[in-house]
Amino acid sequence: MQVRVLYFGVLKELFACPSEDIEVETGCNVGELRKVFHGRMPERAWKSMAIAVNQEYAGDEVLLFEGDEVALLPPVSGGAPGDACRRR
Amino acid sequence: MQIAIVREVIDAGNITAELKAGADGAVCVFDGIVRDNTRGRRTLYLDYEAYEEMALNQMRSLAEEAIAKFGVRDIAVVHRLGRLYVGESSVLIAVASAHRGAAFDACRWLIDTLKKTVPIWKKEQFEDGAVWADGEPFPEEIVRG
Repeated sequence: MQVRVLYFGVLKELFACPSEDIEVETGCNVGELRKVFHGRMPERAWKSMAIAVNQEYAGDEVLLFEGDEVALLPPVSGGAPGDACRRR
Repeated sequence: MQIAIVREVIDAGNITAELKAGADGAVCVFDGIVRDNTRGRRTLYLDYEAYEEMALNQMRSLAEEAIAKFGVRDIAVVHRLGRLYVGESSVLIAVASAHRGAAFDACRWLIDTLKKTVPIWKKEQFEDGAVWADGEPFPEEIVRG
């Protein structure tokens, strides 16, 4: 089955596209999809990303269905600038 | 509640004025603005982007949660996307409440939580290059469910 994967922020630049349709096994869950991307991005980015399914944050156990919208989300940085950076 | 993602200048005065009602004793406003540097490196501008439908849903849930949690009366959360220059507002949070303590607490909680969970990203353009800002790590319950 196919799911649509959306990329944001640094991942959109890394993959040089905003989205892709990806073929996965029927019955695949978020954790299995996560593994598909292991090795396709820097380890730090892979470990720190969250995944949303149909616009809700989804843990690894959430099942995917044909046509789902799956978003790969780098750590967010909205709001006022720079507080996170200053602590480092 | 006023929850919005905009691409034009955020009209803080108007948003705050519209929020006020007779039952309120306080409106607490957080106005997040673009600073001229990050760790001493001079910032020219920031480009904000969002997973827009999800960001709006998240902002709405946060506002609802804040009303329930802090007992405040009403909330406005407005985030701007696109290119923002030094001194411009990227986010405005206004909380109206009968008492100031709850308004301050809710406002602080809203900006802190928004920065960790609402899917918005910014790329910082410096004089000598550009980088995607390091976000804070996602809360554990988001990354692993």
